[in-house]
Amino acid sequence: MMRRIGKLCFMICVSCAIAVGQDLKAPDHAVAGAALKLETSGSGDATLYLLGPGSAIKRSVKLGEPVELKPEEVSGSGVYTAVLKSGGANVTRTFYVAPAAPSNLVFLARPSRVAVGQKDALSGVIFLFDANKNLSFAPADIHFELAVSGAAAAARSVAAHNGIAWTRFDSARREGAAQFVASLGETSVRRVVQLTASEPCNLRFRTAPAKDHNVVVETDPVRDCAGNPVPDGTIVTFIENDGKTRSTIDARIKRGVARAELPATPNATISAASGVVLGNEIRLGGGR
Amino acid sequence: MKRLIPLAMVALTALLILVSISGQSMTVGAASSPDAAVQDMYLHVKTHDFAGAYNYVAKQSQTDLNSFARDINGKDGSLKTLSSVQKIDTRILNESGDAASVRATTEWSSAVGAIYETRDLQVVKEDGAWKVVWPKDQRQNLPPQVIPVTFLRWDIVHRAAEDDWGAQNVEAPKMRIVSMNAVEKDGGVTVLGELENEDTVPGFASVGATLIGNNGETLAEESSFDKISHTLLPKEISPFRIDFPGVKRAQVKSVRMSPNYLLVPASADPVIAVLHQRLDTDANGRTVLRGELMNESGQVVNIPHVLATFYDDSGKVVWVADGYVDHALQPQIAEPFAVDLHNELAQGAHRFRVTVNQYSQDRRTD
Repeated sequence: MMRRIGKLCFMICVSCAIAVGQDLKAPDHAVAGAALKLETSGSGDATLYLLGPGSAIKRSVKLGEPVELKPEEVSGSGVYTAVLKSGGANVTRTFYVAPAAPSNLVFLARPSRVAVGQKDALSGVIFLFDANKNLSFAPADIHFELAVSGAAAAARSVAAHNGIAWTRFDSARREGAAQFVASLGETSVRRVVQLTASEPCNLRFRTAPAKDHNVVVETDPVRDCAGNPVPDGTIVTFIENDGKTRSTIDARIKRGVARAELPATPNATISAASGVVLGNEIRLGGGR
Repeated sequence: MKRLIPLAMVALTALLILVSISGQSMTVGAASSPDAAVQDMYLHVKTHDFAGAYNYVAKQSQTDLNSFARDINGKDGSLKTLSSVQKIDTRILNESGDAASVRATTEWSSAVGAIYETRDLQVVKEDGAWKVVWPKDQRQNLPPQVIPVTFLRWDIVHRAAEDDWGAQNVEAPKMRIVSMNAVEKDGGVTVLGELENEDTVPGFASVGATLIGNNGETLAEESSFDKISHTLLPKEISPFRIDFPGVKRAQVKSVRMSPNYLLVPASADPVIAVLHQRLDTDANGRTVLRGELMNESGQVVNIPHVLATFYDDSGKVVWVADGYVDHALQPQIAEPFAVDLHNELAQGAHRFRVTVNQYSQDRRTD
C-alpha cells in the first residue's frame, strides 16, 4: 500500500515539473499580415491552438523552439488566443494584432444625383483599410476633391479618426457628371455624382405654321434659373384649348428644346407646363 | 371482297362530305330576322369562324373576307386580337321592309377585363335572307416611308459584383404623390390622386394603399394595378386610382399609402398626342370623354391605354377613369378613343387631363 502511494506521489511530482517547465510568450507588438513568432519554453512535444478573428489553427510544436506564424495566418486584426497543450497541462496567452497601415479606401458618396447649387448637399465618407481589409486606425490625411467639367474644383484635406474621414461639399453651380475623388497618397477612389439642373425657369415657347393645318409649338432652350439646361427627356406638356375641345401632348425635351405639333384651331389658346412649372400662353390668330 | 372495301370507303367519304355540307348549311343558315343575322354573325366570330361570319355579310358591304376578319378581330397585335366575344346583345332600332337598323352591343373578354363595343349596323335582305352591311374599314394607311426618330434612352450601370461595398447603386428616382383624395362610389371606397416624377431620370412607380379602420385594424390592402402610368419620365405626372369594393367610407379612419419607386431603363419613345378631347354623350346616353390619339413615332403602338383625370373647380382630383383602345395606333394616324364617365361625376368634373399609357411588342422600353 505504501509503495503504491509512493508511486502516485512520484507521478504527480513529474507532471508538476513538466507543467512548470512549458511556457508560451506572445509578441508585444504584432501587425496583421506580418509574420510573427511565439516563443515557447520547456521540452518535448506540444500542440498549439491559435484562435483569432476569422481563423483557427492547430499545430504540433516542439517546446523550446519558437513557433513561426505566416502572414496569412494572422491576416485579421484583433485579439488572438494561443493555447499550448502538453500532457495534461495547458498554457493560454492572449495578444493583440494591430491593423497595418492603410492602403485601401472605401468611399461612400451620397447622393448619386443632386440638383445644382445646394448647400452641403454632397457627403463623402472614407473608411481606411489595410491590405487585409482590416479597418486601419493609423493617422492619415484624406484628400477630397469634387470637380465638374468647366468649373473650378473644390478640394479639402481631412484627417481620419479611428479609420474614418468624412466631409461635405456644396453642389456646384454647373450641371454635369461631377467627379468626386478621395485619395490617400497614390491610392484614390472615384465616384460619379450627377449634378442636375433645377426646375425649369421662365418656360417660354413660340408657334409656327406647319403642314396639314397644324401648328408647331417649340420652346426656347429650357433652362433652370442658374442657366443650366434642363435634362433631355424631361416632359413639357403643351395644352391647346379652343373652348370646345382640348388637345394635349407630352413632348420630351430633346437637345434642350421641346417641340410638338398641334391642330391649328383658330382662336385656340396654347399653354405649356413642365411638372408644376407653368410657361407662357399663346392665342392662335390673336395676340399673346 | 377486293372491290367491297374501296366501295365502302367511297360511300363513307361521300357520307362524311354530305354530313359536313349539311352541318355547315345548318350553322350558316339564313337569318330569319335582322337581329338574328347580327347575332349569328357574332356567334361565328365567337368561335373564330370568320369565314362563317362572313356569310352573314351583305354583298353591298364591299369588304372581302380578310378585311372583314381583320376589322372585326383586330390586327397589328391590338387588344382585339387578344380578346374573344363573350356576350352579344342586339336591339332592332328600326325596320322597314328589306332594311333594318340593329344596335349590337358586344362584350369581349381580354387580359385587362371586359371590353364593351356598341355598333349600329345596317341589315338588309339579300336573296330572301337578312345580311349585315359591314362598314368598310375607312382607316387610312400611312404610305411607305422612312420616319426618322431620334428618341432618348436611359440605361443604368449597376454595381458590379467585384466592386467594394462603397460603390452603391444609383439611387431610386425621387417621386412624390402631389395630390390624393378618397371618394365613396358604387358601394366602395376609391383612393385616387396624382404622382409626379420630380427627378431627372425615369422611374417605375407603383402605389398601394391600406385602409385603416376606426379601431386601428387593417380593413383592406390594394394596389393601383393598371390605373396608373407605371413608367414616368422626368417631370411626368400620372394619375392613380385604387379601388376598395365593399368598404364604406364611414368605416375608414385613415389611409396608409405605400408608394414604391424604382430606377429602370426607359425610352422616351413613343410620343402620343391626345387631340380634340371633349365630353360627349354616347348612343346609350352616357357621358364619355372622347378624343383622338396620334402616335407621333414611327412604330406601331399595339395597345394604347387612356387615363383621364377629372378635377373639381378647386383643382382637386375627383375621379380617374381609364379605357383601353382596341385598335393599334399606326404611326401618324389619328385613332379615336372614348372613356366612360359616370353622369354624376361628369357634373362635378370641371377640368380633365388625359394621359396615355402604351404597351408595345417588339419595342425595347424596359
